[in-house]
Amino acid sequence: MLSRTADNLYWIARYMERADIAARLLEVGSRISLLPGVQGYRSEWDSLLQSSGTADGFAKKYGDPVQRNIESYLFFDRDNPSSVASCITAARENARIVRTALTSQVWDALNTAFQELRQLERTPRSELELSLLTDWVMRHAAMVRGAIDATLLRNDGYNFLNIGYYLERGDNTARLMDVKYYVLLPRVDFVGSGLDNYQWATLLRAMGAQRAFHWAYGGEVTAAKIAHFLILNPQSPRSLITCVAGTNAHLARLAKAYGRATLAQSKAAAILAELETTTVDAIIDEGLHEFLSRFIGESAVLGHLMHECYLSGDVR
Amino acid sequence: MTSYFNEMYQDGAVRAPYARLEDWMRTMPAEFRQMKQAEAEALFRRIGITFAVYGEGGDPDRLIPFDMFPRVFTATEWGKLERGIKQRARALNAFLVDVYGRGEIVRAGRIPARLVYQNEAYEKAVVGFVPPKGVYSHIVGIDLVRTGAEDFFVLEDNCRTPSGVSYMLENREIMMRMFPDLFRENRIQPVDSYSDRLRRTLASVAPAKCRGEPTVVLLTPGHFNSAYYEHSFLADLMGVELVEGQDLFVEGEYCWMRTTEGPKRVDVIYRRIDDAFLDPLCFNPSSMLGVPGLMDVYRSGGVSICSAPGAGVADDKAVYTYVPEMVRFYLGEEPLLQNVPTWQCAKADDLKYVLDKMEELVVKEVHGSGGYGMLVGPKSSKAEVEAFRHKVMEDPDNYIAQPTLALSTTPTFVQEGIAPRHVDLRPYCLVGESIDLVPGGLTRVALKEGSLVVNSSQGGGVKDTWVLAE
Repeated sequence: MLSRTADNLYWIARYMERADIAARLLEVGSRISLLPGVQGYRSEWDSLLQSSGTADGFAKKYGDPVQRNIESYLFFDRDNPSSVASCITAARENARIVRTALTSQVWDALNTAFQELRQLERTPRSELELSLLTDWVMRHAAMVRGAIDATLLRNDGYNFLNIGYYLERGDNTARLMDVKYYVLLPRVDFVGSGLDNYQWATLLRAMGAQRAFHWAYGGEVTAAKIAHFLILNPQSPRSLITCVAGTNAHLARLAKAYGRATLAQSKAAAILAELETTTVDAIIDEGLHEFLSRFIGESAVLGHLMHECYLSGDVR
Repeated sequence: MTSYFNEMYQDGAVRAPYARLEDWMRTMPAEFRQMKQAEAEALFRRIGITFAVYGEGGDPDRLIPFDMFPRVFTATEWGKLERGIKQRARALNAFLVDVYGRGEIVRAGRIPARLVYQNEAYEKAVVGFVPPKGVYSHIVGIDLVRTGAEDFFVLEDNCRTPSGVSYMLENREIMMRMFPDLFRENRIQPVDSYSDRLRRTLASVAPAKCRGEPTVVLLTPGHFNSAYYEHSFLADLMGVELVEGQDLFVEGEYCWMRTTEGPKRVDVIYRRIDDAFLDPLCFNPSSMLGVPGLMDVYRSGGVSICSAPGAGVADDKAVYTYVPEMVRFYLGEEPLLQNVPTWQCAKADDLKYVLDKMEELVVKEVHGSGGYGMLVGPKSSKAEVEAFRHKVMEDPDNYIAQPTLALSTTPTFVQEGIAPRHVDLRPYCLVGESIDLVPGGLTRVALKEGSLVVNSSQGGGVKDTWVLAE
């Protein structure tokens, strides 16, 4: 497959997943903001911007984080490359470039999302509830994902798409957790408090995993259980280990199909090996924030290797 | 008042090919029609068939208006056209091989040397090179207009990269989806084998150095190009890679594409970019679209390029005048399709006539395309004619003129119901080891009342084109 085509497919997946995450972030934000204010509590909206890496861009354009503006910035703003609108447009543009590598169902799902987005953009904001918008994004992200799973040939393109999804999702799970732990909670002595637990629950809800969590663990929500669920539990669809294992599996299929492995395979295998052998206690000993930062860094290295070993066109 | 040939009605009666459409048209309720029109538009938009109009801003994903009323030919009418089109495509290719070789036609004094060798489109870089199977132009789009039951004229030839074939295919798909009954009642010859035939044609001109099944690619300028949809559509139907210049590189005697598994050799390039952008080392050094060194590989038989660089010299509007002469010279036959009488402003007598009669004529730039840079005398104001007269006087060599043709009309759905609108026709003739033509083409329709300009950039639309079975 053309390297450029592989690159486009990989980015379709990353952008769609990113749009999904932006919507989930918005949902987390609006729920947390329903909590009564706490003295000395940093703005929860500000922390959301930080988690999506868009705080600077927002500050430059709007100044203080006001909910309405944040909603616009994270959803509609084309100046924000991570906004839902930017991501869906970019995903659709990438798809338009590689129409030949997609089934008509996948294209249809992406194009429909884009066409509907343009209608939303023309609708007065006063008629658009936030919950409607976030539902809309998650629905379309799921439709694209579903069309890929149901109709796409299981060839190398399918592997590149999946690697894009898994890398982006793992990265985002790590960021969402990091924001919760490092930015969201104002002081260490809030750990284990009602506020702490409420925030964790909200985080789970944003990941669509609240019920799943209760089925898997039961009882009280604690930081350790959640860390286990979102990092080490292979049953959790968004846990780091699930994402890395997914990346790993699709890289293995590529290696088999192409008859050769690259540095990307060894890197993914190394990250997976660590997750498979570590424990929640070890992670908490290291410090959750430190662990997550390290994971985000490793993930970025893997993304870079994907580029070098498959997508850049300089493969020999 | 000029009278126009109406392809459906003559002398108050319905012509044979349209017989079964009469009822369909009469009994269709207005609401049903509007519903179907909306459905068609939604289908086009969903499939993503849009085009961009350069330099106008606005919606970048614009639809070409689709008219649901088909344009119909009988098998007999088509048979005549087909013979004429194939004859012309053969003559044009013979001309190209000749003028990059010995130039017999020029030596014989049948076409002025200046028109050929000083033509901007004459490619010195390929002089003496004969492409595989002696084919320069692999897809010849011949624009035809009709003025009477038996009267067809060639408006222009497109030997480089004629576009629009995706509309021919999609218009048919959409018509079949929306009106299956029509296809049961009328015996309409299919056009969907076009992509297979195109692939076969391209594979048949693989270079001598190619061993085994040739690797064919379609080279596009990229997704910002207005015809990008068509490029990806054709690549998909043929099952070939859609590449940009950056995906290809030259090493050793071959051209390669960059894949996730390393370099893969390319044998045939169906290019949809102009000569000037093919190879920055040979042509335009500032081109970002091309592949450095490609022309060397091409000339040494490492890769085939379709259409071959230099093919443009045959479809120039000044050379056009001599195509009937090419048919006689190379094939020893009388041309089956007529040219529109053309005055060349480069000739003093012709120039005088054109300047005198400008308000009656259509005046075109020799290298213009897309309906730009032209004047339709009878449809223009005095001031517009005057302004154009000055342009022609300043640079007569750059202009030709033709009589304003009475383009035939076919019924077309318009705001008020159904009304005749002017149409033309572009069939796509494939030339490789053999010569091939699907029964159909792209019918373009001027949607504005009275307008004779069918270009999509100027208010034109498209129709499905039917050729009935015997």
